[in-house]
Amino acid sequence: MFRFVVRRLLQLVPTLLGLSLLLFIWVHSLPGGPEYSLLNEDATDEQRAALRESLGLNEPIWVQYGRFMAKLVQLDFGISLQTGQPVLTEFFNRFPATAELGIMAMTMAVCVGIPLGYFAARYRGRFLDTGAVAGSLIGICIPVFFLGFILKLIFSEHLGLLPSAFRQTAGINATHPTGFYVLDGLLTGEFDAAWDAFLHLILPGLTLASIPLAIITRMTRASVLEVMGEDYVRTAESKGLQQRIIRGRHILRNAMLPVVTAIGLLTGALFAGAVLTESVFAFQGMGLFVYQATQTRDYPALMGFIMLIATVYVLVNLLVDISYSLFDPRVRVR
Amino acid sequence: MSTKTDKIDRLAELTAAKRTDQGHGESLWREAFKRLRRSPMAIAGTIVVGIFIVIAIVGPYIAPFDPVSQTWGDEVFPNKNTFVGPRAENWLGLDHLGRDQFSRMVIGARQSLMVGVVATLLGFAFGALLGGIAGAAAGLGKRWGRRLDTVLMRFTDMMLAIPALLLAVSVAALMGQSLATVMIAVGVAQVPIFARLLRGSMLSQAHSDYVLAAKATGIKRRRIVLAHILPNSMGPVLVQATLTLATAIIDAAALSYLGLGSPDQSTPEWGTMLADAQRFLSGAPQLAIYPAVAIIITALGFTLLGEAMRESLDPKLRK
Amino acid sequence: MALLAVDNLSVKFTRRGKPDFQAVDGVSFAVSEGEVVGLVGESGCGKSVTSLALMGLLGDHGVSVGGNATFDGIELLKLRKDAMRDLRGRDMAMIFQDPLSSLNPVVPIGIQVTEILTRHRGMRGEAARKEAADLLDRVGIPDPTRRLREYPHQMSGGMRQRALIAMAVACAPRLLIADEPTTALDVTIQAQILELLKELVDSEGTALLMITHDLGVVAGLCDQINVLYAGKVVENAARRNLFAAPTHPYSVGLLGSIPRLDAPRGEPLTPVRGSVNDNIDWADGCAFAPRCDHYTIECLQGPPALTETYTGHGYRCVNPVIDHTAPAVSDTEANS
Repeated sequence: MFRFVVRRLLQLVPTLLGLSLLLFIWVHSLPGGPEYSLLNEDATDEQRAALRESLGLNEPIWVQYGRFMAKLVQLDFGISLQTGQPVLTEFFNRFPATAELGIMAMTMAVCVGIPLGYFAARYRGRFLDTGAVAGSLIGICIPVFFLGFILKLIFSEHLGLLPSAFRQTAGINATHPTGFYVLDGLLTGEFDAAWDAFLHLILPGLTLASIPLAIITRMTRASVLEVMGEDYVRTAESKGLQQRIIRGRHILRNAMLPVVTAIGLLTGALFAGAVLTESVFAFQGMGLFVYQATQTRDYPALMGFIMLIATVYVLVNLLVDISYSLFDPRVRVR
Repeated sequence: MSTKTDKIDRLAELTAAKRTDQGHGESLWREAFKRLRRSPMAIAGTIVVGIFIVIAIVGPYIAPFDPVSQTWGDEVFPNKNTFVGPRAENWLGLDHLGRDQFSRMVIGARQSLMVGVVATLLGFAFGALLGGIAGAAAGLGKRWGRRLDTVLMRFTDMMLAIPALLLAVSVAALMGQSLATVMIAVGVAQVPIFARLLRGSMLSQAHSDYVLAAKATGIKRRRIVLAHILPNSMGPVLVQATLTLATAIIDAAALSYLGLGSPDQSTPEWGTMLADAQRFLSGAPQLAIYPAVAIIITALGFTLLGEAMRESLDPKLRK
Repeated sequence: MALLAVDNLSVKFTRRGKPDFQAVDGVSFAVSEGEVVGLVGESGCGKSVTSLALMGLLGDHGVSVGGNATFDGIELLKLRKDAMRDLRGRDMAMIFQDPLSSLNPVVPIGIQVTEILTRHRGMRGEAARKEAADLLDRVGIPDPTRRLREYPHQMSGGMRQRALIAMAVACAPRLLIADEPTTALDVTIQAQILELLKELVDSEGTALLMITHDLGVVAGLCDQINVLYAGKVVENAARRNLFAAPTHPYSVGLLGSIPRLDAPRGEPLTPVRGSVNDNIDWADGCAFAPRCDHYTIECLQGPPALTETYTGHGYRCVNPVIDHTAPAVSDTEANS
């Protein structure tokens, strides 16, 4: 188990190395070079040259890469152009917000998607099944940001039930030891702040959950249908076992295996969805920061965030693989 | 007692009738196509996609007005929340600049189709190239082949570690605004998916019985890969391509929303229209709903078609 | 009266967009306590469907089951679902063909054995575990307490089939249905499993319905043999009679395709020509006619009737290989 984790972590190194090289080459091959993003369109050639000199862009490319890598090894991802703060600091400031939102979205997707998919399979061809299949197809096809706007329009502007922007109501003065606002509220005993932060998570969470929810529903349904036709389910039936045990122990436990893998992969896609969701709901997380970085062509921030997000993504999938081995005894974690 | 020929004829007749019932000797593809034609999902998908393609082709000819000129600009005041809804002259009303919404919708179909198709083709071409080389190299079974396969797959792993839309966003952000950027960004994000899929499909074919049989009869490995493995591995890739057409159109709209779409105002595009209309959502929700519904229905059409193809190609669902 | 009496059982599958498929077509047979009855035929002849229909495992969609089947006086085919559920595993149990796919891969063997003890015998905890270990021991699994914690993929094919048999006999059922229990196993293991089944039947007086395509399997085990072809019983006889005087050309073909040690060297096996795909509908005549060496035009005049000799040897053929109506040497031999 320990060796498996270490080996997987070591595999992360070449991935990140390659990624950094790719990003570096790419940024430097852009028309105008990286300094382009730092200057106005009407900057003079002299200004341009001065900037190139000060950034060391006139040195051979491999020297530049060497320097870039040397900094990277010390976890120095450079300075964000839009905020003037180190990229890593920005990342750690914003990570809890997106993680909190992601957990909310994934919880919604799993808690609704798995039961829905299961019952759709069990009542195959009935109304519930048709509805679940149609709903999940439409769920995949609705642009995330449009769904966000519609939810905002209905629940916030028309019905006034839920807040439509930010992580907490302005004026609430809560302490934030962890950066996870709901958790913070619970830890410090400020339950009204926790509740307020929770309400702020509902609409963006729902928006972000739409695609994973649709995919988990469909996968669960397909998987349950497949498992229901397996020989071992017939064996269980031939033993005259209670329906409850056949469904839980023999069908659901096997049907969950592919769904667990999918949940890991979908977690990665959440980061992309967060860019759209957070900009719709002005939610101060990584996604919004990446969005702002694209607007200002803040390339150190973009590069740093891509690499950090890739790292988180690989780590999340490592966690999912480890938990998978708890579900499936055939997979020996070595 | 009847003659001998009599009895043979009668038997032949009975067995022949039975054989046509069972539909023997059909190829995998033809069989899949037959199932596809019967699937209601495929029929619905084909109708939607068909209508979309027809509109994309004839759009500029049936559009009653110039989609760009602000003909009725003096009737619409977004900041005073004054919009013009559907009326006899303008079937879908006017947009926020006083342009005919119907003309913009039908002409926009072509742009959206183009973004979807070009992005998918890009992702498909490079992904299939990458995956095909890796799969063939691994399938040859030589040492250098396996090495090449490992290197190429590490490369796709790297790309897969970045969520697709995030990759597209950063590509678009760093390359600047243009329609080409959107297509490249969306396409690039699909490359590793196609590569993985084709390679996986080829490797599973390489271990199948018919390939073993072909090897045993002494057919050259190169010929086995090109003539047997590759064509039989394309099924899942074609399914993915159909599904990607849907994703590409949605992702392109997302890029437009993030302000990374085409700055070119001369040709309308659904994604840009939707992004522009978000600002007026509470005053004139119809402006967002038209392009949004068009995008959803089109994406749904491609998704239905792709899912139906997947089902009809699935060997487990055969018989 | 027989423990299990099947009378005119028929199973029809109705599938959308395809013609109906009559998998089982008027099958009748009986199994008494302590008796071993074989259902023999090649794949697709309806033998497995027959067993699933008796166990109530065919599902509800696109299946129509007709005829009668009584188990200890109970009408199996008209039984309510929960009553059938009580019966299954307790009074009638089943062993399946592929032991790997028939065991749940993510649940330890122990739980898969104890769950049936909990269900039908109300045993829990340590008592159930001890009984499960005893059961594994009885079917010849060494070190049973350790095996209880293992998963199916950690066991060999023979061990898995033994575990399945342990589950089937856990509640000492009165009828055991074995559906090709040895097909997926090595030849040496096959013999061991058959030996185990024989012992269980002998010691408990269990009735055993043995389903197989392999006449070699039934030769050493079955008291009564039914040969199935395309959903109908084409020949039924006591084991000795069938082997001594196979009457239906299909039975003769099946016997001809078994390798025999006492056959002269170099003599080729004679397989049955063609495949089930060549069948014609029973309504048109004998389904086996296209593959039959004894075929005449009379074979195409409707389904042949079942002829029964005074020894209880039945066959469904208009051109039987042996003419039972005239006293034949083989017949008297078979009855001596």
